[in-house]
Amino acid sequence: MTAPRVLIVDDHELFRAGVRSELEAHLEISGEAGGVDEAVAAIAADRPDVVLLDVHMPDGGGVEVIRRTAALTVSPPCFLALSVSDAAEDVIAVVRAGARGYVTKSISGEELADAVRRVHGGDAVFSPRLAGFVLDAFAGPAPQPESELDALTAREREVLQHIARGYMYKEIALRLDISPKTVEAHVSSVLRKLQLSSRHELSRWAAERGLEL
Amino acid sequence: MTASGASTGLLRRDRGAGWLGGVAAGLARRFGVDVSLVRLAFVVAAAAGGVGLAAYGLGWLLMPAGDSGPVRRRLPTGRGAVEVALGTGLLLLAALLTFRELGIWFSDAIVWPVVLIASGGALIWRQSTEGTAGPGPAEPPAPSSALPGDARSAGEVAAVESRRAALAVSRTGLGIALVIAAGVVFLYAAGALSAARDVALAVIAVVVVLGVIFAPWVVRLVRSLTRERAERIRSQERAEVAAHLHDSVLQTLAMVQRRAGDPSEVAQLARRQERELRAWLAGRPAPGQAARLAPALEAAAAEVEESHGVPVEVVVVGDRELDARHEAVVAAAREAMTNAAKFGGGSPVDVYAESSGARTQVFVRDRGVGFDPDAIPDDRRGVRESIVGRMERHGGQARITSEPGAGTEVEILLEERG
Repeated sequence: MTAPRVLIVDDHELFRAGVRSELEAHLEISGEAGGVDEAVAAIAADRPDVVLLDVHMPDGGGVEVIRRTAALTVSPPCFLALSVSDAAEDVIAVVRAGARGYVTKSISGEELADAVRRVHGGDAVFSPRLAGFVLDAFAGPAPQPESELDALTAREREVLQHIARGYMYKEIALRLDISPKTVEAHVSSVLRKLQLSSRHELSRWAAERGLEL
Repeated sequence: MTASGASTGLLRRDRGAGWLGGVAAGLARRFGVDVSLVRLAFVVAAAAGGVGLAAYGLGWLLMPAGDSGPVRRRLPTGRGAVEVALGTGLLLLAALLTFRELGIWFSDAIVWPVVLIASGGALIWRQSTEGTAGPGPAEPPAPSSALPGDARSAGEVAAVESRRAALAVSRTGLGIALVIAAGVVFLYAAGALSAARDVALAVIAVVVVLGVIFAPWVVRLVRSLTRERAERIRSQERAEVAAHLHDSVLQTLAMVQRRAGDPSEVAQLARRQERELRAWLAGRPAPGQAARLAPALEAAAAEVEESHGVPVEVVVVGDRELDARHEAVVAAAREAMTNAAKFGGGSPVDVYAESSGARTQVFVRDRGVGFDPDAIPDDRRGVRESIVGRMERHGGQARITSEPGAGTEVEILLEERG
């Protein structure tokens, strides 16, 4: 697989420059954008494979970029959310809008490049913090027991707990005695539930960020 | 025989112990007399020329409500207000009829207006004083049967609130209607209704004219007042944010500039500032003395991070109150974090805590060189005593898994007893 082309979207120029210099060694950078309008235009013009998306920006942030891109093109790029934000509602909202993962800005350049490649390959990328948010959101009984979207399986829960504890996918596979592909499958399944479930907590979080579902 | 020492100095109506407005009960409490004597005095005074009635009414209006001890509400808001209005009207009617029998009389024409005006007035007064006397009992019995009682069973507090507000308005409206009716009846009886109609027409015309002229000004005034208020709130908020940023972020930036030569200290300053700012943005109290598990763990992580210069990431799912046993969990976790920071070779420390129902679990993990747990020398008491021993003393468990080269993980588990 060729190296994915990456668009960096963040309203802080210094931060964009930092990410660019860290990623350039590993990946091809298609461009940078400093706002929602710029990002939508750059996605249409440069057609990047992966968009590194800041959650917090003026004029709607990452959620707005995903929404407008979806309206614009039939084959949108993969979005990976990148933020300093700690708030569950921000993170959940951008993942529910369509981002395939969430990493915090404290991540190292190499790990970030790896995360971009995995998102490009169709996987989901969960940071320990996102895993914690998801476990929190899916705590308690499912509101509609007949819907498999509203609850995590025991295995998914186990995988998420390991991510939250700081284990890499490979280490999790070893510990649970399953293949890394299976770990990926569980994480992708959790991502699907995160995006499609009508659990009250998720809907509430999304609603707080102005996301209609 | 003062009922409650604290409130004897003040003259207050005692609605809890009273029959009507609590005037007699309040007087009795204030002066330490039996309430029956006071009531008897009022009745006698009322019979002898109506002084008692006037005095009671005056007392009701002027004495603030203040209830004694456990409130035994004889007169709940709601239907109570209507009953009181009715009672006032009937009492007055009785008094007027008594006067008539005694021959002290002006004219039959004033009987109905006076009764109506008293009832309506009582309703309005009672409504307005009840409204300010604090939340009444959560019972909104409807004077009109159009409002069914199912809102209460639905348990919708908001619905009950709005219904109560609507009832209050409708009761006030009823009072106003009674008073107006009294005025109309009086005018009719006095034969001045047509004159009054002319006056009313003139007044209405003047009001409409003035309204048309001044409406734009009034609207603009209200708007500008609202805008000014919003502006004031905004600038207050801005000042608060500025003050906070000045105390925290600007201070830290100044220190970073001065310590630019020492990268590890700069990193530590930045981390500490980041934590503080995050806590502030999330509306949490700054990490410190915390009575809950999640903030306590975060505070412990911040301390370890500051004293060892190693990043500690904390993820907490669920939260709970801190009791003595869970304080032991936090202390053991802090010890595990310290160990991870010391012997983890500078790798970031991951802390994951999950607390749900009766079970609390904390994992502390580093990616250092690892070690053989069975080979810990006895003199390194940190792990044995502070983590494993402490948890066992509090009825929990701690397990240490470590492989050379793959880092170390401490698992702390505490389950509710019984």
